[in-house]
Order: sequence, then C-alpha cells, then structure tokens
Amino acid sequence: MTHQNEGLTLGGRTFRSRLIIGTGKYASFAQTRDAIAETGAEMVTVALRRVELDRTKESLLDFIDLERYTLLPNTAGCFTAEDAIRTCRLAREMGIGTLVKLEVIGDPKTLFPNVEATLQAARVLVAEGFTVLPYITDDPVAALQLQDIGCAAVMPLAAPIGSGLGIRNPYNIKIILEQARVPVIVDAGVGTASDAAYAMELGCDAVLMNTAVAGAQDPIKMARAMRLAVEAGRLAFEAGRMPRKLYASASSPMEGMI
Amino acid sequence: MITIQCNGKKRELPRSTSIAALVKELGVAERKFAVERNRQVIPRDRLESELLEDGDEVNIVTLVGGG
Repeated sequence: MTHQNEGLTLGGRTFRSRLIIGTGKYASFAQTRDAIAETGAEMVTVALRRVELDRTKESLLDFIDLERYTLLPNTAGCFTAEDAIRTCRLAREMGIGTLVKLEVIGDPKTLFPNVEATLQAARVLVAEGFTVLPYITDDPVAALQLQDIGCAAVMPLAAPIGSGLGIRNPYNIKIILEQARVPVIVDAGVGTASDAAYAMELGCDAVLMNTAVAGAQDPIKMARAMRLAVEAGRLAFEAGRMPRKLYASASSPMEGMI
Repeated sequence: MITIQCNGKKRELPRSTSIAALVKELGVAERKFAVERNRQVIPRDRLESELLEDGDEVNIVTLVGGG
C-alpha cells in the first residue's frame, strides 16, 4: 500500500487534490466549468473525438483553464488495444503531456474492461513513455500485472461506469491496496459522497468520478460534497479508525457518580 | 482530383494537397487537435510536408467532455 500523505503523485507530479473529475454529461460547458472548480480537482478527464467540421458552437476547452487543470485524456469507447493505443498517441500529439487513462472495454452493456487487451495496450504504451493509468475491474491479479508492466497507478472500478452503485467489493479493493506499490485510484461506480469517503477510508489514494457529480440534481452542490468526502475519508484513513467492538464502552467515567 | 475520407465523410481535393492545407480549408478552430492518416498519427511538424493521396482516410480529433 502506498502512503502518500503529501498528496497524489503520478508520473513524477504531485497533486494536492485526491479527486479526479470527469468533464462529460453536464448540462452545459458553464456547468462543467463550475462543477469541476467546486470539486477542487487539479486533474480532469477528457475524451478524444472527431472535430465537428461544421462547428459553430463553443467547445469544452474554451471552458477549461489549462493553467489550472492537468488534462487526463481517456480511451473511452475503445474496444481493442490498437484503438486505445492510437487514441493515446493522438492525445500526446496535442501537446498535453503523457498522462493517459487507459480503458479498453470488453462489453458494451456493463462497460467492464477487456483485461487481456488492457494489459496488451499497457505494455505498448509504457514502452512508448506514456504515464499509464489503467481502468480495471476490482481484480487483484490484473492490478498486480498492470503494476508490474509499469503503470503509474491502478484504477479498479467500484461498480460499473455510470451505475452509482458504490463500492461493491471492498474486500477486493483492500487486497489490491495491500499489494500495491503504485497509487490505487477508485475509478467508476461512485454514486454519492459516502461512497467516495468509503473508498478513501479503505486507503485508496484517490477517486475518479464523473456521473456522480454530473448526474446529481444539483451538480455544483454535489461537487462540493465530493470534495469534502474525499478529504474527510482521507483524513479518517490517516487518523486510523478505532477498533470495532461488539459491546458498549461508556464514554463518561463511573467515578464520582451520585 | 483525389478522393479522401475525412472524419468519415468523402471529400474531393486537388492533387498534392498537404494535410496542413486540408486542416486550414476545413477551418479547424480547436485549441488542441491531432491528425491521423490511415491510422498513423501525423506529428505536427509533418502536417505541411505530408501530401494526401487518393483513398486516404484522415481523422482530425480534439478533446471533448468525458469521464
């Protein structure tokens, strides 16, 4: 388990915030801008798509301060290692650094990853000098393999992408944490603040989320809730919780009772 | 004239059109974009020198909202 009390270090850079926020599915770009600001995040995920050739509207990047945020391009929607690798190479050509969120999807209904293709793509990307943050199932073996390949972090899902079900298998996350020599980031499935706090209390180094904020009734308020939850969860982890006990233990002294 | 596919749409261009000329003609205004030709990324410093050929498949991509 990594204990990065100073912040989250990825690819030689340290981030004070342990929340990584997605930029998809908000009602407007203005809301995206305001919500990500409220989370306190320093890193935001983005996707690569074809330029709209008849574009007359504004684009996301008009609303993202590149001085303030590090962009983490993803390979969302890629179903093969080759497509994910191409996407990462294109991202790097944009001059936004070498950080990439690698996801190779194996099934359109659950959006669970194709582990074999993820490993294959990770090997190529690490060799090409990318700082690879792979999205994976909560599979301790896959996490170890990706760590051994040289990924800069491992990012097990809490639950399916966009499901908001929270951490479905905290015990697997604990095993992944025990084995990890790189940061463990819970990616996907967080639904509300307590889910994010729980991930951090388990000892995760960070949480990556999108729909939990964008899909809330009030995304700006939820963004703040998530910032506080991630901070609270981390503090609780660092503080070390009291042991669970089956029976009561009075908080007030018995001495001097009348 | 040559025919290429650009972002999934057919497009006719004069022979010896560079990728940079295509990008300019399309009016790509994105702050960040990258180009691939026949699934190979074209480094920015080669956009001027790379000339398109008949049947090329070109993708010009940018960054959009995502998780």
